[in-house]
Amino acid sequence: MPKKTLNEFKTEYLQVLDENGNIDASLMPKLSGQEIKKIYETMVLVRTFDQKAFNMQRQGRIGTYIQIKGQEASQVGCAIALNDDDWIFPTYRESGLLIARKHPISQVLQYWSGDERGLKAPDGINNFPISIPVGTQLPHAVGAGWAAKLRKTKQVAVACFGDGATSKGDFHEALNFAGVYNVPVIFLCQNNQYAISLPRSRQTKAETIAQKAAAYGISGIQVDGNDVFAVYMAAEEAAARARKGEGPTLIECFTYRLADHSTSDDAQRYRPKEEAEYWRKRDPVQRLEKFMEGKGMLDDNHKKEASEKASARIETEVEKFEKIKSSSPEDIFRYVFAEMTPRQQEQMKDILGER
Amino acid sequence: MTTANMVQAVNMAMRQELKRDKRVMVLGEDVGLNGGVFRATDGLQKEFGSERVVDTPLAELGIIGASIGLAVNGMLPVAEIQFSGFMMGSFDQIYSHAGRIRMRSRGRFSCPLVIRTPYGGGIRALELHCESNEAIFSQTPGIKMVVPSNPYDAKGLLAAAIRDPDPVIFYEPMRIYRAIKQDIPDEEYVVPIGKANVIREGEDLTLIAWGSMLKTSTEAVDKLNNKHSVEIIDLRTINPFDAETIINSVKKTGRCVIVHEAIKTGGFAAEIIATINDKALLSLEAPVMRVTAPDVPYPLAKLENYYLPSHERIIKAIEKVMSWNSLYYFHLSHFQ
Ligand SMILES: Cc1ncc(C[n+]2csc(CCOP(=O)(O)OP(=O)(O)O)c2C)c(N)n1
Repeated sequence: MPKKTLNEFKTEYLQVLDENGNIDASLMPKLSGQEIKKIYETMVLVRTFDQKAFNMQRQGRIGTYIQIKGQEASQVGCAIALNDDDWIFPTYRESGLLIARKHPISQVLQYWSGDERGLKAPDGINNFPISIPVGTQLPHAVGAGWAAKLRKTKQVAVACFGDGATSKGDFHEALNFAGVYNVPVIFLCQNNQYAISLPRSRQTKAETIAQKAAAYGISGIQVDGNDVFAVYMAAEEAAARARKGEGPTLIECFTYRLADHSTSDDAQRYRPKEEAEYWRKRDPVQRLEKFMEGKGMLDDNHKKEASEKASARIETEVEKFEKIKSSSPEDIFRYVFAEMTPRQQEQMKDILGER
Repeated sequence: MTTANMVQAVNMAMRQELKRDKRVMVLGEDVGLNGGVFRATDGLQKEFGSERVVDTPLAELGIIGASIGLAVNGMLPVAEIQFSGFMMGSFDQIYSHAGRIRMRSRGRFSCPLVIRTPYGGGIRALELHCESNEAIFSQTPGIKMVVPSNPYDAKGLLAAAIRDPDPVIFYEPMRIYRAIKQDIPDEEYVVPIGKANVIREGEDLTLIAWGSMLKTSTEAVDKLNNKHSVEIIDLRTINPFDAETIINSVKKTGRCVIVHEAIKTGGFAAEIIATINDKALLSLEAPVMRVTAPDVPYPLAKLENYYLPSHERIIKAIEKVMSWNSLYYFHLSHFQ
């Protein structure tokens, strides 16, 4: 008997806004002029912040910082599709997402200056603390989504990660669990083409990351990660499906890290200059500007205004950050357990010199 | 009162807590329909449904990782890892996350998670089905680590673990799962985490053990037919451990032997000895001795009896500590 084909899969790619600022009107999500302006301002804010944080690291005013330049559309596009009480499980490369999700900018700086208090999300906003070990946060999003389903809260949980994380067992176990329990979770992979020095092609032989969804029986899509409309649309659709009980989605944002991996990295050691040139022409912020200019929504004055507004806001936040009093050494004991153990109390007194 | 062994006591605790609080859920490999490979979750899925007593895919990292997310978002998961040897697949989640969530979020989020697992040897099982690796979790900040030694404590400590606002690892001594029967109350009760139990008072020597080694140690002491007056302490909680009870006892007896099934180097006995040195050095009449497994991987069945602390080795240690003559050793070290 002849061999049969049991199944075939196809992977969709979504782009709404191309690099020249043209949109496919049939795909364009319903956004008012006001909303688009807000998106633009948020992207400018995030980019301005990123540059400021980089400068502050170079000036020794904060510690190691992880830049997001080039990935603004992926982060802002996802943020605007979510509610405050939805969950995000971010990595270190998520300052844009955090800021777009109302995490106080002064606190983001506080974290990168080595003060854990920066990770405490404001009440009502479920921004989980950043995960430093790559990929390990994926199953948390599955669990949080699962709890939302059991408790019928209508929340969606978003796991954020890079292309490198998809090589880890955590990725497999998380997507597999999410499929089995059909939980309201979005796996938001920002494929920025590199995991430090390792190119995407060396992480997996698969042509796309999105297609991996097929193996878990869940939805998957690749979107132009530098197109804020495409990311928003994919995230919005995935969230709506998740809330309706239709399960998880893997979204691969195809993007590029325009900066070094971190403030301690030099990307010139492992990638050609021309590559960054190619991607700079596809810049997510400029692309949105071109679109808005074409629609008469933006001119040079507006641009200047947006940029000045962002800088002013960030300066205020920097001032606020620099006025924050350092935390007390008791803090390293206070939050380990709900109640300090007798030994911790003893050790605390010892460290504080009270014994 | 119900006459119950350890497995039944654990089952009673979970049933009680599932009834008490609808946020409690039980998840793990084969815990549902099959009732767990040791039957610890027997009947729970039937009673509470498959949303609350959940069979998971075979994935230890996934079970604990997802449980962390469940705990953070309002559930009280009781996860089972089928054997403690397989905890390592989830260790990254426990070490890197479960114990740090309260700290990282400065109290905004917490992780009220329980991880149950059968541990320890003496049952002629396969490789990595016999591990006694509890000391690893004493080096894992933010994690509580509990090891009951009898059905009464098992029920009360597991209930306490499920009600604890922080992550608790609960090691169930497989070897005595069915070896001890007790009449235990049907009513709710908790045995507090972090409190040791003086199960027998004595004047001459303090013997400290936990889990299945408590039974082995008590039997060894009984074989001595009251030759020495031995105070026996069941540690019950490894982290945070009850230094006070130990110190009070050692101050009284001046002598101490610690028995554990885990390997010697870096085992939890070392921490207890260091604490005794800190707080009761001048009360000591002899060095504190340890009876432990050797620093080797757990051997397969044919040789496991050499590995596990035996009555003979425990008695030998007790006799050595009881016959210690400090003056004699002082002379020995000076004149050899
Ligand atoms: C488990 C783990 N291994 C290694 C590292 C060190 N490390 C930090 S970021 C990184 C690359 C991650 O790449 P990717 O997942 O693509 O995310 P990106 O940094 O590009 O956003 C590595 C190897 C780590 N943080 N965690």
